[in-house]
Amino acid sequence: MKNNTILQREGFGTYITFLSIFLLVIVQCNPSKVPDNAVNGGLTLPPGFSAQVFAESTGRGRHIVVNDNGDIYISLARLKDGNGIVALRDTNKDGKADIIKYFGTFYGTGIGIYNGYLYFGGDTIVVRYKLRPDQLLPDPNYEVIAKGFHINYQHSAKSITFDNNGYMYVNVGSPSNACQSQDRTPNVPGMDPCPQLKDFAGIWRFYANKENQDQMKEGFRFATGLRNCVALRWNPVVNQLYAVQMGRDQLHQLWPELYTEDEGVNLPAEEFLIIKEGGDYGWPYCYYDNKQNKLLLAPEYGGDGKKVGRCSDKGQPIMAFPAHYAPDDLWFYTGSQFPAKYKDGAFIAFHGSWNRAPQLQKGYNVVFVPFKGDKPSGNWEVFADGFAGVKEIRSPRDAKYRPCGLAQGPDGSLYVVEDNTGRIWKITYNK
Amino acid sequence: MLKLLLYTLILIMMPVPFGTRNKGDFSIYSQENSKIIKQKPLRKKQISDEGKNLYLKNCMSCHQSDGSGVPGMYPPLQKSNWVNSDKTILIKIMLNGLQGEIKVNGETYIQSMPSHKYLTDSQIAEVLSFVRKNFGNNADSVSAEEVTALRRQKSK
Repeated sequence: MKNNTILQREGFGTYITFLSIFLLVIVQCNPSKVPDNAVNGGLTLPPGFSAQVFAESTGRGRHIVVNDNGDIYISLARLKDGNGIVALRDTNKDGKADIIKYFGTFYGTGIGIYNGYLYFGGDTIVVRYKLRPDQLLPDPNYEVIAKGFHINYQHSAKSITFDNNGYMYVNVGSPSNACQSQDRTPNVPGMDPCPQLKDFAGIWRFYANKENQDQMKEGFRFATGLRNCVALRWNPVVNQLYAVQMGRDQLHQLWPELYTEDEGVNLPAEEFLIIKEGGDYGWPYCYYDNKQNKLLLAPEYGGDGKKVGRCSDKGQPIMAFPAHYAPDDLWFYTGSQFPAKYKDGAFIAFHGSWNRAPQLQKGYNVVFVPFKGDKPSGNWEVFADGFAGVKEIRSPRDAKYRPCGLAQGPDGSLYVVEDNTGRIWKITYNK
Repeated sequence: MLKLLLYTLILIMMPVPFGTRNKGDFSIYSQENSKIIKQKPLRKKQISDEGKNLYLKNCMSCHQSDGSGVPGMYPPLQKSNWVNSDKTILIKIMLNGLQGEIKVNGETYIQSMPSHKYLTDSQIAEVLSFVRKNFGNNADSVSAEEVTALRRQKSK
């Protein structure tokens, strides 16, 4: 009798032991945990390419710029210990930062180097710091270049880029999803004309070397009808401005009688655009349908998924990407380290979707678009993947890393920064 | 001795359901109405169909199926210090929307939330009660009367 009880207890104990081990194994195998020593820093790349982790846990790194001497600067989405810029240097050239310093008063997204200055695009201001020869940290006293941007509670990122004619271009995102009189509210029509287009939803141009320019006074609205173009870049080969626009959200949730859940998930396209002076790209009146391959009238303005209406004369994309992938940066590759097909082509960092719920979230990768002249010469392809660390992303929080910024080093390597933890990868081609 | 072993093992097991963030656990999307795979349906007593349906239509696209929100954009509702505290704050957020910087579970969010005053008082009560009982939250329900009182107060 007693033996029996012990046996039963031992049996139960063994059962618990195995169950615990089993559960522990599940926890250990949790695929969201990419080991830090994973091959290529956890990324999958085309044959011949490899990646190494240049730096870790730098903060919520958004955009990245590499100086001629290889020094790297990244912008932070939030201040880290009171600083909004990270400066990194690899002194022994082993592909890993060994000096990491913080400075800068503002947080934000835009960062760039022009004419010996480091420019920083805070959410309501663009400032610059004078770079000092051989020193990693620039002069801490900044000059204000552009100001007067309204505080935006969505699409506030001020990405910046420079042409070779003394101008700086700044993304000023829309303060709403589709200019409804009540933002993101079901079945509410859009304001017509949309008053937000005056101060928002366009690319503004400033003199790169002139201080204290106010957005609405000295600033010039270079192009309009652009909902949010965090991915904004001057193409130095063809001397033209390019952007990848984030398409509008919530077609199904806001207009359930006009769009099915599937349509809400798969529409509209993220648009790759050539931004021309005076151009109008259609927001909020239009969105790009990537199945019908045309700009269609938005439901807020009488659209029904078929009507084109006033969208026929708006600027058309040169390429359409899947819905809600969230393009956060664009880089034209001018280096000679990568194989010939990459020369002058475009890399795009997709931050990854949230607006595909309840279906699986997508994006979370870096894609490549081959170019000939000023247009794509072939289809886009995934270049770097595996940032999320999981096969299926049900909610954005499942993703370990979310690629956000791109830049090229002096040796032709490609750097990618992500904004969950500020990991930076250096991608090289080894033949 | 065996008892000790048993307790130790139970302790080791404890963090599995609570400590690790297994996202599927909080999901309200069950197999039949979702293209998503392997998600646990909620225990029956937790389900208020009305509240759940309202959540899916009006909240899910930003706060996600599992209430985890979007990092840096939309705050989580999972085990949220906001969701589990004063319900009048939640009712006011539903009625007025929210703008400006807030801190949820230690992380800062500045994205705006639109007003949901287009929902009826009982709909707001249902969806808030649902959120306060799911996603790892455990707070008392919200009644339509409580919403009515605050809506009146606002329109005065």
